[in-house]
Amino acid sequence: MKEFNYVITDPEGIHARPAGLFVKAAAAFPCNVTIGKDGKDVDAKRILGVMSLGVKQGMEVTIKCDGDQEDEAAAELEKFLKENL
Amino acid sequence: MELTGKSVFGGIAIGNLSLYRKNDNVVKRVKVDDPEHEINRFEEAKETAKQQLGQLYDKAMKEVGEANAAVFEVHQMMLDDLDYIESVQNMIRSQGINAEFAVATTGDNFSEMFAAMDDDYMRARAADVKDISNRVVSVLQGGEDGGFDSDEPVIIIADDLAPSETVQLDKSKVLSFVTRGGSTNSHTAILARTMNIPALIGVDFDDEINGKFAIVDGFAGKLIVEPDADVLAVYQKKQNEEREKQRLLLELKGKENVTLDGTKINLYANIGGVGDVADVLKNDAGGIGLFRSEFLYLESNDYPTEEDQFKAYRTVAENMAGKKVIIRTLDIGADKQVDYFQMEKEENPALGYRAIRICLDRVEVFKTQLRAIYRASYYGKISIMYPMIISVDEVHRIKEIVAEVKKELDDQGVPYGEVETGIMVETPAAVLMSEELAKEVDFFSIGTNDLTQYTLACDRQNAKLDGINDPHHPAVLRAIEMTIKNGHKGGAWVGICGELGADTTLTETFLRMGVDELSVSPSRILAVRDKIRSIDLSK
Repeated sequence: MKEFNYVITDPEGIHARPAGLFVKAAAAFPCNVTIGKDGKDVDAKRILGVMSLGVKQGMEVTIKCDGDQEDEAAAELEKFLKENL
Repeated sequence: MELTGKSVFGGIAIGNLSLYRKNDNVVKRVKVDDPEHEINRFEEAKETAKQQLGQLYDKAMKEVGEANAAVFEVHQMMLDDLDYIESVQNMIRSQGINAEFAVATTGDNFSEMFAAMDDDYMRARAADVKDISNRVVSVLQGGEDGGFDSDEPVIIIADDLAPSETVQLDKSKVLSFVTRGGSTNSHTAILARTMNIPALIGVDFDDEINGKFAIVDGFAGKLIVEPDADVLAVYQKKQNEEREKQRLLLELKGKENVTLDGTKINLYANIGGVGDVADVLKNDAGGIGLFRSEFLYLESNDYPTEEDQFKAYRTVAENMAGKKVIIRTLDIGADKQVDYFQMEKEENPALGYRAIRICLDRVEVFKTQLRAIYRASYYGKISIMYPMIISVDEVHRIKEIVAEVKKELDDQGVPYGEVETGIMVETPAAVLMSEELAKEVDFFSIGTNDLTQYTLACDRQNAKLDGINDPHHPAVLRAIEMTIKNGHKGGAWVGICGELGADTTLTETFLRMGVDELSVSPSRILAVRDKIRSIDLSK
């Protein structure tokens, strides 16, 4: 399993639009992907769950990738977060 | 009847109210024999709903832009969300119920989850989840969309409008939105701002007002139902003024103050405090031609400190970012009294102890202000002008005091910038001495209110004299002309900062006299610019 942390810098946090893009990016990989905040993990391939975390600017999220192509998934999602959030 | 709410966008709308009919499908819980059939119906309805959302996305892209259209893409993804789909499927299978009920209940559950979040933005998303669920239910029931019936533009009243509803609206038929619910982040609010129309939220109206004639005041947050004729007349006037303002803003912002034959002048704004700067910038003034410093003294219970004054001047200079800011030194006395100055009661205050006369008598008060202004001049382009001047001797005394202030600053190593010096020309004495005075200063600014009162020997506070106190009197206009000619002869530029500067019936007269600058209240800038651009001095 691959795991990394990221602190959200976008002033609006993970709002609807980027949540959608993030979910799309996660869904492109076969492995399981979760995104978590304060110990609560949700499936990163489900937009309502990701939005329900209510992640705001300055908060740290933890991404876990487990299964096929977990290395690629982790690298790609980290890149996505840095560029968009 | 007058109702209040929270305004999300200013403006005035006048028209009939029209209640938005929700496609509020009544969903009954029905036991079914074949749950798998219901799941198929759900799947098909979901696909149809996604197609509709795709079309809405395209429509929104064209009408309100990508940023507002993105919501429909997100809606499509929500419909594909596995939590959502699984919830609907589980409910159908475990309870053996119809697809409509499962979708509606799932929508309610997710919507409640968002509504409970401690974040305004996310709370507003509760409406999105409800919206997609309603869409699917609508498709399942083969139902029609909601909407409103009207051939002419109306004020839409509704509980709240979902994004899909706002996009489907025929925008040419909408004058304003008034909703019971909603937030400043809601789609209705965003759309109102995009469409530039007034909108109110949180208005507790009764459905009975549907169809009635009403006014929306987006400035005061009011909905006035069936206004009487007087109120209506006031608002019609306000609406026309607002339209005119909008027209000027659109047409004239960023344009030069130049006549048809190519004569350019400066158009500056008059302000009475730091808070007015936003209006100055919004109305595109080229600078501040009169910064009345009295507010610092009038709003205070004791002499304002050098630091307080410095902060105010510096803020204005910095906000104007290199554009000229002309600060007028203390102009109290006469109609403006300040308790802590402890001035004696006078028989004729307008002709008495006021403005520069106080400053040259109470030099320490004057020096405090001069120090503050010079210190602020390091942070922008500041000029100073002195009010109520009647003689060259006064200007000499001012210069001596300024020299002392500058020397003190130099000794203390405090930086200051280049400061232009000017005087107000508002007494007949200054007009008559204008040729000599012009050699002493960089500019004149004609204060037409006092110049009128002193030239016509006519008390401007006395309402009985309104008919006589005429700023268009030829004597006043001649005094202005003389000041401009003599100012130029002595090498000073000449502006007008009194009320008359904004009088567009005289703009051409002033331009022909050769005026270099007009300084008017911020709200008049564009109207005067409009006038300047219509004048041809070669004819």
